[in-house]
Amino acid sequence: MSRPIVAAAAPPPLRKRLFAAHNIGLLAAFAAIIVAGSLLSPYFLTASNVLTILTSASVIGVISVGMTFIILAGGIDLSVGAIVALAGVCATTPGAQGLGWLAMTAICTGVAALVGLLNGVLIAYGRMVPFIATLAMLVAARGLAQHISGGVPQTVNDATFNTIGSALVLGVPLPVWVFAAVVVVGWIVLNRTTFGRRTIAIGGNAEASRLAGINVARQTLVLYVISGVCAGIAGVLLTARLTSGSNDVGNLYELDAIAAVIIGGTRLSGGRGTLAGSIVGVLIFTLISNIFVLENLPSDIQSIAKGVIIVAAVLLQGRSASSK
Amino acid sequence: MTAAPALLQARSLSKSFPGVQALANVSITVASGEVHCLLGQNGAGKSTLIKVLAGAQPPDSGELLWRGELVAFKHPTAALARGIATIYQELDLIGGLSVADNIFLGHEPQSLGFSMRRTIRDEARALLDRLGCADIDAGSIVEMLSAAQQQLVSVARALSYDARLLIMDEPTAVLDRAETETLFRVIRELVAGGVAIVYISHRLDEIREIGSVVTVLKDGRSVAERLPAQSTPTSALVQLMTGRSVEYPFPPRPAPPAVDTRPKVLEVSGLSRSGAFADVSFAVRAGEIVGLAGLVGSGRSELLETIYGAARASAGSVRMGGQTLPGGSTETAVARGMGLAPEERKRQALLLDDSVFHNVSLPSLDRFARAGLIDARRELAAAAEVLGSLDVRPADPERIVRELSGGNQQKVVVARWLLRNCALLMLDEPTRGVDVGARADLYALVRALAADGIGILLVSSEIPEVLGLADRVLVLREGRVIHEAAAAELDEARVLDLIMAGQA
Ligand SMILES: Nc1ncnc2c1ncn2[C@@H]1O[C@H](COP(=O)(O)OP(=O)(O)OP(=O)(O)O)[C@@H](O)[C@H]1O
Ligand SMILES: [Mg+2]
Repeated sequence: MSRPIVAAAAPPPLRKRLFAAHNIGLLAAFAAIIVAGSLLSPYFLTASNVLTILTSASVIGVISVGMTFIILAGGIDLSVGAIVALAGVCATTPGAQGLGWLAMTAICTGVAALVGLLNGVLIAYGRMVPFIATLAMLVAARGLAQHISGGVPQTVNDATFNTIGSALVLGVPLPVWVFAAVVVVGWIVLNRTTFGRRTIAIGGNAEASRLAGINVARQTLVLYVISGVCAGIAGVLLTARLTSGSNDVGNLYELDAIAAVIIGGTRLSGGRGTLAGSIVGVLIFTLISNIFVLENLPSDIQSIAKGVIIVAAVLLQGRSASSK
Repeated sequence: MTAAPALLQARSLSKSFPGVQALANVSITVASGEVHCLLGQNGAGKSTLIKVLAGAQPPDSGELLWRGELVAFKHPTAALARGIATIYQELDLIGGLSVADNIFLGHEPQSLGFSMRRTIRDEARALLDRLGCADIDAGSIVEMLSAAQQQLVSVARALSYDARLLIMDEPTAVLDRAETETLFRVIRELVAGGVAIVYISHRLDEIREIGSVVTVLKDGRSVAERLPAQSTPTSALVQLMTGRSVEYPFPPRPAPPAVDTRPKVLEVSGLSRSGAFADVSFAVRAGEIVGLAGLVGSGRSELLETIYGAARASAGSVRMGGQTLPGGSTETAVARGMGLAPEERKRQALLLDDSVFHNVSLPSLDRFARAGLIDARRELAAAAEVLGSLDVRPADPERIVRELSGGNQQKVVVARWLLRNCALLMLDEPTRGVDVGARADLYALVRALAADGIGILLVSSEIPEVLGLADRVLVLREGRVIHEAAAAELDEARVLDLIMAGQA
């Protein structure tokens, strides 16, 4: 009875979820974009382009895993983009670079975890509204990143660190493996553990969760640390890809992540949603960017298209929620 | 049959939800000037029927005649325009708006397109006064009010429409005796003025008191129509509703031991919380059911919440199994073997958008987990078992809680703690909205838990419930314990005297 615990979990809820009206809409949109892309460009469905798409999805993708937890629990984290920048800057100071690639990676995720911890303390124990606390953190973390770096990009000289952004493992870029690993771990934690169940519970009804004996404050604290760590991992991937740390990277990543989570079907007020939906959300946005790049279309049109997709997805969600 | 003209006539209404036939060929006739009561078990289809009558849900088939004319309400506003106002079982007030704004939401008195704030306030005040709610300020924000006050605001809103038909779905579930009396007085005035009332309640005495006729639903079908409300024997009504007879709902009480040597599971001493209760001391022994009687606002629920660690005490101590609880942590309380089924199921207990079994297992997840990984099969099986013991319908643990009927949602709240194996179980209004038959089952279950050595602390506004189920009763008045006695030594009149006046 030790091995099959995960496998033994009942499959019907998942099947039901996949066929829910909103998910059908999401999957249909996903499929339509793939069809459109392959019609527009013969290059679109080649293996190398698919890997390009997944690689560029990896940074926002990892952040979105953390964001899914946060939003499911009824919170929001606006500071993730700033954390990416701050963590990247801290990991690429001359001092940090002197310690080698492993230490740089540890500093990047460690700093991000600390910022997440601070968010968590403010929200869980300081009783601050998540929107306000993480907005303040966004501003402060960017400021700190600029202060540390002096506003100039810090080039990474450690070749090993830089290969994190480009190395191929079994023919697949390392960032894609990292993305996949974070998704798998996130999925298991969310769907198979007591921690995940409690996360959804406090988003559904925080007072009821507290009265059911859940330590809501501690759960909330840990959630913001998780979101910070995800941003830190994203920071490692981005810094390695850009081969430099800079205070102005990661701009608006928080909005990209939130948008992906929401079009993925997670309710903004928490308590309902899926990680798989968020990942499809990330992929939809990445596919659109990819098609626009392949077709050499202007980026302003691309932004308009993203906006339209967000509105369409949310309308569809409202439709399926009210038809119940 | 009465000679009064049929105000509303429904013919062969049917309505189904995925996996449930909520209404099957139900017909009902409501005449002006009558209080038409709907009776039926939890999940029988009462709320669904009134939602169809009120235009809140379309029927799958069947027709509605309003004063002889065929109508199809596409939206509740269409029914309101004809003169049908409804108080739903689940409160539908807007929490962030004021009382007055809630009452007139959607039909604000207007002048040149501007809502007339003054008039709204004054008229809201008048309606509240009519309901005897001197303590509710028309300007206060609704979410700050107690459940009973919110219920009264919904009644005021329904009254504000001057409707010809007023539908009330369990309006008294959260009201105390005095509030219920006032509501009944208003109902009598309305009826005397020719208004028709459709009234749902699980309390048969209320139906005797104000009902004219009774229609009984069972499993979505009407099994008896227009029975006389006063003269139909209770046994006949219960038999129609449940298909069985429930003579005396309370299980026999075991004889108290001559010398009580059972260990004390809970010891409360000198517990106080400013503004709620003061200097409360008592103990609950293993296997004992202790009842707390008192008015709403006497500090009963606050006392339970403080013992449980959901609120902090200003003085005093709580000991579980001989050890002092740190206080302020529900997590510790649950870990030490306490459980609390709180008073307001929607706000304090349920995850409405999650499945029934996730709701039930929430405090017991550790029981089904190894290294944090949940064994969902075992969880589902265990949850299904307790749900079955309370006869939660439909018997599908994966159904979303929101889709259950009110009484079945209440059973889920209690079921959650049956799964947990507590040493001390605190039940705050456990039978709110639960039907007659299911109540008897619940009482038997609680007695069986006590027989297994669990200590039970019971709060209920229904004095007969406290007296019938508890071994020992504490009477609470204005935050103080004013009397303590074996339940067998008390009767309803005596307890009422105590909680109202405090004379010994
Ligand atoms: N939105 C819904 N989706 C699915 N099933 C529903 C929905 N609303 C009601 N039902 C089902 O219809 C049946 C009748 O429910 P209804 O609320 O009318 O019962 P009721 O007689 O009012 O019970 P109670 O006394 O507990 O309030 C129940 O089995 C319930 O689960
Ligand atoms: Mg009902």
